[in-house]
Amino acid sequence: MINRRSFLQSTVTAAAATALLPAFGNDALAQSKAAAIDNLLLFVPANPGGGWDQTARSMEQALKTAGLIKGAQVTNVGGAGGAVGLPQFVNQWKGRGNALMVAGMVMVGALITNKSPVKITQTVPIARLTGEFEVIVVPPDSPHKTLKDLAAAFKADPTKVSWAGGSAGGTDHILAGMIAKAAGGEAKKVAYVAYSGGGPAQAALLGNQVTCGVSGWGEFSEQIKAGKLRALAISADKRQPGIDVPTIKEQGLDVELYNWRGVFAPPGIKDTDKAVLIDLMTRMRGSPAWTEQLKTREWTDVFLAGDAYGKYLTEENTRIEAILKDLGLA
Amino acid sequence: METFSLLAGGFAVALQPINLMWALVGVTLGTAIGVLPGLGPALTIALLLPITFSVPPTAAFILFAGIYYGAMYGGSTTSILLNTPGESATIITALEGHKMAKQGRAAAALATAAIGSFVAGTIGTIGLTFLAPPLVEFALRFGPADYFSLMIVAFVAVSAVLGTSVLRGLTALAFGILLGLVGIDLQTGQARFTFGLPELLDGINVIVVAVGLFAVGETLYLAARPKVQASVMTLQGRAGMTKDDWKRSWKPWLRGSALGFPFGALPAGGAEVPTFISYFLEKKLSKKPEEFGHGAIEGVAGPEAANNASAAGVLVPMLALGLPTSATAAIMLSAFQSYGINPGPLLLQNQPELVWGLIASLYVGNVMLLVLNLPLVGLWAKILTIPAPWLYGGILVFATIGTYGISQSWVDLVLLYLIGGVGYLMRRFDFPTAPAVIGMILGPLAEQEFRRAMTISAGDMTTFVTRPLSLTLLVIAALLLLIPLAVRLRNRP
Repeated sequence: MINRRSFLQSTVTAAAATALLPAFGNDALAQSKAAAIDNLLLFVPANPGGGWDQTARSMEQALKTAGLIKGAQVTNVGGAGGAVGLPQFVNQWKGRGNALMVAGMVMVGALITNKSPVKITQTVPIARLTGEFEVIVVPPDSPHKTLKDLAAAFKADPTKVSWAGGSAGGTDHILAGMIAKAAGGEAKKVAYVAYSGGGPAQAALLGNQVTCGVSGWGEFSEQIKAGKLRALAISADKRQPGIDVPTIKEQGLDVELYNWRGVFAPPGIKDTDKAVLIDLMTRMRGSPAWTEQLKTREWTDVFLAGDAYGKYLTEENTRIEAILKDLGLA
Repeated sequence: METFSLLAGGFAVALQPINLMWALVGVTLGTAIGVLPGLGPALTIALLLPITFSVPPTAAFILFAGIYYGAMYGGSTTSILLNTPGESATIITALEGHKMAKQGRAAAALATAAIGSFVAGTIGTIGLTFLAPPLVEFALRFGPADYFSLMIVAFVAVSAVLGTSVLRGLTALAFGILLGLVGIDLQTGQARFTFGLPELLDGINVIVVAVGLFAVGETLYLAARPKVQASVMTLQGRAGMTKDDWKRSWKPWLRGSALGFPFGALPAGGAEVPTFISYFLEKKLSKKPEEFGHGAIEGVAGPEAANNASAAGVLVPMLALGLPTSATAAIMLSAFQSYGINPGPLLLQNQPELVWGLIASLYVGNVMLLVLNLPLVGLWAKILTIPAPWLYGGILVFATIGTYGISQSWVDLVLLYLIGGVGYLMRRFDFPTAPAVIGMILGPLAEQEFRRAMTISAGDMTTFVTRPLSLTLLVIAALLLLIPLAVRLRNRP
């Protein structure tokens, strides 16, 4: 099932491959330049259609176009922010050197709130790929013109400010808690109204049912462009080209958040496998096909590979756990 | 009128042979996946997303819309024949539909479902064509408090399926609500009743419960009564609807459509709730309410029309505002994005050809579905002439495969048979099973809306009576409960 043989024929491990499998001559080596991995296995711990699934399918598209792989096979095991899929990836996919799991910040949070016995640190972090910054919006006739107005209103009476967003403990809730805390309030006091998806949350905002909304830029961008919602701030580190919305930092609150997504290899893979996968991702990131995917999907490039990514992951885990504790969810 | 010329332009797109072909593929595929309990339109469209890289957007959306409409048709077939609902919106159809099938009137039930779906689908599409903007504006006025009151109305409607013993009916309802609580609570992110099993974190799928209680439960019940085993269901009368069937069906079709369409347009309305209310309404309005529970054709015609009209309603906020209000709509919107089309309030202005082509293809798809499904009615009904032991053996296989298809998880299979065992006991001790399934759908909806309303109002309960919409709905609920009581009191000698 796993074509580890051809997988080993990458440029990085070419020497090792020929040593291990001397039967393969120069033909195999020559091929390796065209396709490092014949069949890449992509594990998506979410149902088809969501952000991780889209990332996996965009990767497949870009890698094939760039000639870095011949084919890819996507497996979806959805549920509970990845908490259902992760144990399967860690246990059943152990040692598969041509497999990558697509996950991200949402999984880090879901594992903490669900007190999952399996940790994301049990995987081998390969690379952080994309990030989506968040946006805070209000209905157009809201009295709050800036984030400062909203923060002041929250400080004055947190029960009067209701926040709509995705499920509790998710990225949107975390950002609401961070803003509340930075504004000098209590994260726990955020009157957070959780919706199962972007659609119902948008409907609540368009119908003036809630004070403000927090979600990924892509969820609200069209409503903002059409003037149906007013954007108060984005959670990016700096102003974004083509988007006339100030950052949270510009408005005096030290908050920055990207809903990042990245790839992880299963535990028990060889160091050479790890090196090949990191190389594959680095090359994909440099390809025009990937740049094109980032542009159509409106994803920000936040590439970070290998050990630096592993270190980031550990820090992110600590940071998110602290915020979830503030929110009373962990 | 401008709308007509735009629609004519849409038909010019939809009637191109290549687009007709896509519509046909879509409705056929949709009917097939509607028949399977596990596979829904959302998952199917998601699996087909990669094709959006290779065909033009109009063709892809005609295909997707065909799948969506087709699934609503197909779901009723297995509800009626096998008591195995293919989609959650066709659960109610099984109540009367399967009873009709057992009396040998499967063909009539399938026909009223197919024609009712066509009528409702067409009315819904007409509504989508002409009423979308004002309807969306109205739908957005619904806040959490109003939705909660709407769920109260739906809970009153449950009284139509409680059966002879109110206590047993309410027990079944409570069992369903309990099942609905399993999983991560959306408002706090905490797990409830999951017993440490990660597979339960996302809750129990309602299809697993419906198929378990209805199909597996009934199979076990029949297997435990050897006398019934040998019986073969017979087909009675013509293969189709009698004049009386038509007379009893057309009003439910229209009422079901009128209920389902606006419900679909509500961002949190859902396709199931209007089927409950339609069933309640038809039972109350029927001249022969005693037939309900024993195969009343109105109980198939109304809910089937309601679920198909709601499918059209769901497209209203999606096309008018770019709001995905169902899983299927969300997947369709993500397909828009892979074309670089930004679904949003400006979709109609920026992509008129796409939107109107899609709407026109819905009319075409509806006709195709009727043409596809009506001739099959007689053929489908013949399934029931299979001797009972084999038929029920087949149902078990079908239910098992379908359930496994939902998430390829063995936990779902264990649940299916556990719930099937409960379904057997409920039949054995004369508890109705329908309230359990309805409770499972309504309970979590009502709970989430209640807590959202409480968060927004900072715990002020008066929000339910100070909001005009909410108050109106509560009054309607009270009247629905009290009027039958008052009538009964007055008729007492």
